[in-house]
Amino acid sequence: MSGSGYLDATLKPEGWNRPPVIEPDGEGELLEVAMGPHHPSTHGVFRMDVALDGERVIRLKPVFGYLHRNHEKLAEGMSYLASMPFTDRLDYICPMTNNWAYALAVEKLTGQEVPERAEYLRVICGELTRVVNHASAVGFLIQEMGASGTPLMYAFKEREKVLDLFESLTGARMMVNYMRFGGCRVDATPAWLDGVRKVVAGLPKFVGEFESLLTGNEILMARTQGVGILKPDLAVNAGITGPMLRASGVNYDIRKVDGYGIYNRFKFRVPLGDHGDVFDRFMIRLLELRESLQILEQALKDIPGGPVMDPKAKLRGFRPKPGEAYGRIEAPKGELGFYLISDGSPNPYRYRVRPPSLINLTVLEDMCLGQNVADVVLIFGSVDIVLGEVDR
Amino acid sequence: MLGEGILKGLAETARNFAGSFVSAERLTTVEYPEQRIAPIEATRDFPFLVYDGTDPEAGLRCVACQICEKECPPKCIYIVKSTDKKPDYVGKLQIYPARFDIDISVCMSCQICVEVCPFEAIKMDTAFELATTDRFGGLLYDKKELSKSNEHYHAIHPTEAAEVDARLAEEKAKGEAKAKAAAAAALAKAAAPAAATPVPKPAAPAATVPAVKPAEGERNRDR
Repeated sequence: MSGSGYLDATLKPEGWNRPPVIEPDGEGELLEVAMGPHHPSTHGVFRMDVALDGERVIRLKPVFGYLHRNHEKLAEGMSYLASMPFTDRLDYICPMTNNWAYALAVEKLTGQEVPERAEYLRVICGELTRVVNHASAVGFLIQEMGASGTPLMYAFKEREKVLDLFESLTGARMMVNYMRFGGCRVDATPAWLDGVRKVVAGLPKFVGEFESLLTGNEILMARTQGVGILKPDLAVNAGITGPMLRASGVNYDIRKVDGYGIYNRFKFRVPLGDHGDVFDRFMIRLLELRESLQILEQALKDIPGGPVMDPKAKLRGFRPKPGEAYGRIEAPKGELGFYLISDGSPNPYRYRVRPPSLINLTVLEDMCLGQNVADVVLIFGSVDIVLGEVDR
Repeated sequence: MLGEGILKGLAETARNFAGSFVSAERLTTVEYPEQRIAPIEATRDFPFLVYDGTDPEAGLRCVACQICEKECPPKCIYIVKSTDKKPDYVGKLQIYPARFDIDISVCMSCQICVEVCPFEAIKMDTAFELATTDRFGGLLYDKKELSKSNEHYHAIHPTEAAEVDARLAEEKAKGEAKAKAAAAAALAKAAAPAAATPVPKPAAPAATVPAVKPAEGERNRDR
C-alpha cells in the first residue's frame, strides 16, 4: 500500500490536522492499517486509522461516531425528568456519577436544595462507582497486554458485589436511574448500609491481591513504563481531566477544586504521577481506589437520618426560570459536565454533555506517535474510555 | 530477582484457583438454568398494570390519564381512552383504557411510568425469561397480558406493595370522609334557610379542606 491512500486524503486540508511529528525514515513504504471498528481492544466500536513505518506509528487518526444515539437532541425534546434514564447509558460502567452530574446541573438551574442524607447517599454511590470503574479499567488494561481473562475476572468479581448493592437499592444493576432533582429516588435501608459496610470492609483485601498480582510484574513494567507519555503542558492545553491528567502530575481534582456536594467534609488525598506514562495511569487508578475506600468509610460512619428528597422538589411538570447552568463532577474518567439552557419551558432549550472520554481521546495521536503498533492498543486502553460516552 | 513479580502474581492466581474448590467466597458463579440466585426484592424489568380483586377488567386501577404515555422516555406506551366510564377503587366514575399497549422491545425499564402514575396503577414486574420467536407481536404486550393482580404485586415486591396498599386505604378513607362531609354540608345548606341555625357549617370545611390538600401537595403529582 502506498503512502497516498485514503488516509492521506482525509488528512490533507492543511491546518485542519497538525503535521505529523515523526517523519518516516525513507526506506520502504508506509503501511496504513484501520484498527477497528471491530477490534477486540477498542471497548466498543471505534476505529484508529494508523500509518506505520515498520512497526512505528507515524500518524494516527481516531474515527468515532459509530455509536451515536442523538442523546443531546433527544433530551431537548423531552422533559428534564425523562432524560435522566438516558444519562445512565452514556458511560454505562458508571451510571451513578452520570445521574449525579445531570441532577447537579438541573439543581443549579432550578435552585433546589438537596437534603443531607441524600448528599451522603450520593457520595457513597459515587465512590462505589469509582471503585467499580477503576478496578475494571485496570483489569481491561491488563487484558489488552495479553493476560486475557484472569485479572479482569478478579475485578469483575468485586464489581458484581457492588452491582448487587446497586440492584437492591435502585432495582437495576447498571441502568440505575437513581438520582432525582432535589435528592435520591429511594431511601437506603439500614440493611443496605450494612451491606455496603461489608463490601467496603472486604475491598482492601481485594486491592492488596490485585496489587500483588500486577504491580511487581516484570512484563507489565516492561510493557508500560516509558510508553505513551503525556506531557503535563499538553494535557492541560488539551483539556484532559481525571486520572489521566493526574498521572501527568497536574494536581486537579474537581472534588477538591469545586467541593461539590459535601466533598469538602471528607479527608482524602489526590494521588499524582510524575512520568505521565501508561504505568503511571495504571498506578494512579489503584491508588485512587484506596482513597475512595477512605471516603466511603467516612461517609458510612457519618451518614445522618432524615428525608432523601427535598419536600418542595417536583418530579415532573416544572418550568425552570430562563437561564443557564453548568453542573460538573469528578466522574471516574474525568470531568463530566452537563450544560443546560432553559427558556422557561418544561424542556431544556439546549442540553450539552461534556464527556471526559471524548476529550481525553483527543491526545491519543500525540501519545502514540513514534510508539510501536502493539503499544497503541495499550495506550488506548490507558485512556479508559467508554464508547457510549464518546459518541453519545 | 528477575521474575519475582511474575511468580508472586502466579501464586495469587493459584490461590484463587485452588480456593474456589473450598471457599464459597471465591467461587462466584452458579450454573444458571438449574441453579438460581434468589431474586433481589427491588429488582425491576418491565411494567405491568395492577388490578384489585379477581376481575382484570373491572378492578383495573388505570384511568387512562396518559401521564405515563407522555413521560415515557422511549415512548413505548400506547393508550386509547374509553368513551364510557366505570367506577374506580373509591367508587368514583372514571374513564378506563380501552387499549393499553407496551412494546417491551422498546421499553428500557427505567421505572419513570411507575413514579409519575398518580393512581398506583402501573408497577414493575420481575419476570425476565421472556424470549419469544415472534419479535414484533410477541413483544407487544396488550392490556390482557399486562394486567396482573395485586396479589402478584405483593408476591414480588412485598414491602413496596404494603406501603402502596396503606396509602390507597388512607386515600379511600379520606375520600369517604370528604363525601360524607360534603353530604352533611349539603344537608346543612338545605336545612339552613328553613331553620336558620348555622351550627354544622364550621365543622364541614374544617374536615374537608386540610384532609385533601396536604396529600396532593406531598406527592407532587397532577391529578
